[in-house]
Amino acid sequence: MSERKERKKLLEVKNIKVEFGSKKKKFTAIDGVSFDIYEGETFGLVGESGSGKTTIGRAIIRINEVTDGEILYDGERISGNITQEMDHKVIENIQMIFQDPMASLNERAKVDYIISEGIYNLHKHKDEEDRKRMVEQALLDVGLLPEFASRFPHEFSGGQRQRIGIARALVMEPKLIIADEPISALDVSIRAQVLNLLSELQKKKGFTYLFIAHDLSIVRFISDRVAVIHKGKIVELAETEKLYEHPLHPYTRALLSAIPQPDPAIERQKTIEVYDPACHHYETDRPQWVEIEEGHYVLANQEEQETYKEMLRQT
Amino acid sequence: MNNRYTEKILEAKDVVVKFNLRGRTLTAIRGISLDLYKGESLAIVGESGSGKSVFTKTFMGLLDANGRVDSGSILYKGNDLAKYTTEKEWLTIRGKEIAMVFQDPMTSLNPLKTVGKQIRETVELHQGLKGAEAKAKTIEILNDVGITMPEIRYKQYPHEFSGGMRQRAVIAIAVACNPNILICDEPTTALDVTIQAQILKLLHKLQEKYSLTIIYITHDLGVVANVADRIAVMYAGDIIEVGLCEEVFYNAKHPYTWALLSSLPQLGVKGEPLYSIKGTPPNLFHEIHGDAFAPRNPYALEVDFEVRPPYFEVSPTHKAKTWLLDPRAPKVEPPKLIVRMLEKWKEAPEHV
Ligand SMILES: Nc1ncnc2c1ncn2[C@@H]1O[C@H](COP(=O)(O)OP(=O)(O)O)[C@@H](O)[C@H]1O
Ligand SMILES: Nc1ncnc2c1ncn2[C@@H]1O[C@H](COP(=O)(O)OP(=O)(O)O)[C@@H](O)[C@H]1O
Ligand SMILES: [Mg+2]
Ligand SMILES: [Mg+2]
Repeated sequence: MSERKERKKLLEVKNIKVEFGSKKKKFTAIDGVSFDIYEGETFGLVGESGSGKTTIGRAIIRINEVTDGEILYDGERISGNITQEMDHKVIENIQMIFQDPMASLNERAKVDYIISEGIYNLHKHKDEEDRKRMVEQALLDVGLLPEFASRFPHEFSGGQRQRIGIARALVMEPKLIIADEPISALDVSIRAQVLNLLSELQKKKGFTYLFIAHDLSIVRFISDRVAVIHKGKIVELAETEKLYEHPLHPYTRALLSAIPQPDPAIERQKTIEVYDPACHHYETDRPQWVEIEEGHYVLANQEEQETYKEMLRQT
Repeated sequence: MNNRYTEKILEAKDVVVKFNLRGRTLTAIRGISLDLYKGESLAIVGESGSGKSVFTKTFMGLLDANGRVDSGSILYKGNDLAKYTTEKEWLTIRGKEIAMVFQDPMTSLNPLKTVGKQIRETVELHQGLKGAEAKAKTIEILNDVGITMPEIRYKQYPHEFSGGMRQRAVIAIAVACNPNILICDEPTTALDVTIQAQILKLLHKLQEKYSLTIIYITHDLGVVANVADRIAVMYAGDIIEVGLCEEVFYNAKHPYTWALLSSLPQLGVKGEPLYSIKGTPPNLFHEIHGDAFAPRNPYALEVDFEVRPPYFEVSPTHKAKTWLLDPRAPKVEPPKLIVRMLEKWKEAPEHV
């Protein structure tokens, strides 16, 4: 606990809003989301499809515009209007790995070019030789052979393609990697390989991860802290084991209760909780994002905060 | 332990399926024998490419044009489906005897017709109902599959449904055929956990009301503990282990099943690497010698590389194809996780 206080905040997301559509048909995809990511940690963001996970990732790397609030990287604002220099800093330091290894790679480009694209854009290389060396190293880092550089994406399996996606991010030597459902499209056994690779790279290179997923058991396995998002709002955030052992928000509880367990005895006894948004009475008593105990945040109104505090006292 | 279900509804014997691909032959199913019992739900689990879809498609004559059942038999109600060749023959099976639900609901729904109409047409065709009766039956089925406000939903198009609702609609169409066997091919893979849990619960409920036998196909062993009475584990075109749900989870015998269980994050230890299976599945264009899993199997014996293992019986309901079960084989200590699972089972009060 005390250790965490000294840790540096690498990314600060402050009360951001992301909207899509024109003035008439505006849709708020992200609504008042706040969280910090500490240097060196794996921060899990979990929620059902359409809840806004990718939108948050894309807001951080400046693909989606933030209409309210701000995002700081290393203490400096990276949302809204920023200098070109700052923009380059974002590209160099924050990289995103995408979900679908089939769709996210340019089919007509060779692996060499796919991995080099970012290097070219930022002129990160001294000369051709230097670039070749960087590509080779990136391929080796993800457990692929350097000669794969001259091949095309379709010559690779799903797991290998995801490794290429990771190599493309690695080569930029980023500090923060946003991994957007990097293993959802992969087979169980290959999932394990890619998860292990990500952990290994983190140890070796000190990466910080924002790990986005809808699979709660994978998030639990890999994350130090976890935030749960529902319809564009984060409803709960805590250290992983705390969240999984003592979930407070009814949505978190419903989500956790639905995780399938590979154990027939547990499965046959389990009861699945269903989340009904009507359980909240927010008409007069509005919900706030509060730290209900140290490091444990929840979206709740006054009445709910009392209930949650009572729940925590009883554990 | 005993299997609660004893009446065989379908018997596959030594089924071999081959595909022709640019002059070469790929053997996708390498001699599978499997009995399906009336009223049970059987989960078929295996990595992609292991042959789960191909194997079950042979029950409905749905193999791609370049594929064929090369040998073996599939007995259903006294007929050998492996001998069926014409569409006319298959139409006596498809839908009314055996129906299928696919992973992507949009492949089974017509985007240009209302959901109600699509279900109703099936009701008319397969249940011989007409007019108001057919409509009433359709509404009843919509209700059964958990689609609320069925009167309104009846008039809507597939694009007005969410992913989970579409999968319910597809299940409704399958159920409207009144089949005996329902094959669900990765029906929840694309869905969120909460919706996945709901669909699984729904299938369970429908199984009783419509007296269905269900085959549930998935690549994720982690999701079947609740749905399956029995589990068949597939690898490289073969069922390498089959047993009651508890037998496969708590007392797995094939090293491939061990590997699948060990690679589940739910069972992993945080901070330690997750078990991962080295290498890749074999090339099915080539003939396979011995146990197909041997090259990736850290427990492989010499004989595993040379002679294909037969089934060894673990219990009357449980068998596995691995030489480790041969009485002559050296004693091998399974991975810790597997030992722990067995201990858990022994501690469970209901275990005798
Ligand atoms: N470019 C866009 N234009 C309009 N709506 C969008 C766009 N991107 C995302 N959305 C909407 O924002 C919501 C959140 O989407 P997304 O962040 O992709 O969810 P997730 O990644 O959690 O599945 C969804 O309702 C989605 O349809
Ligand atoms: N039409 C086809 N032509 C050639 N090979 C095929 C065809 N359909 C399936 N296969 C092969 O058969 C094997 C089993 O495929 P499938 O049953 O779809 O696997 P699963 O459903 O377990 O993922 C795979 O190697 C696949 O490539
Ligand atoms: Mg997404
Ligand atoms: Mg399949």
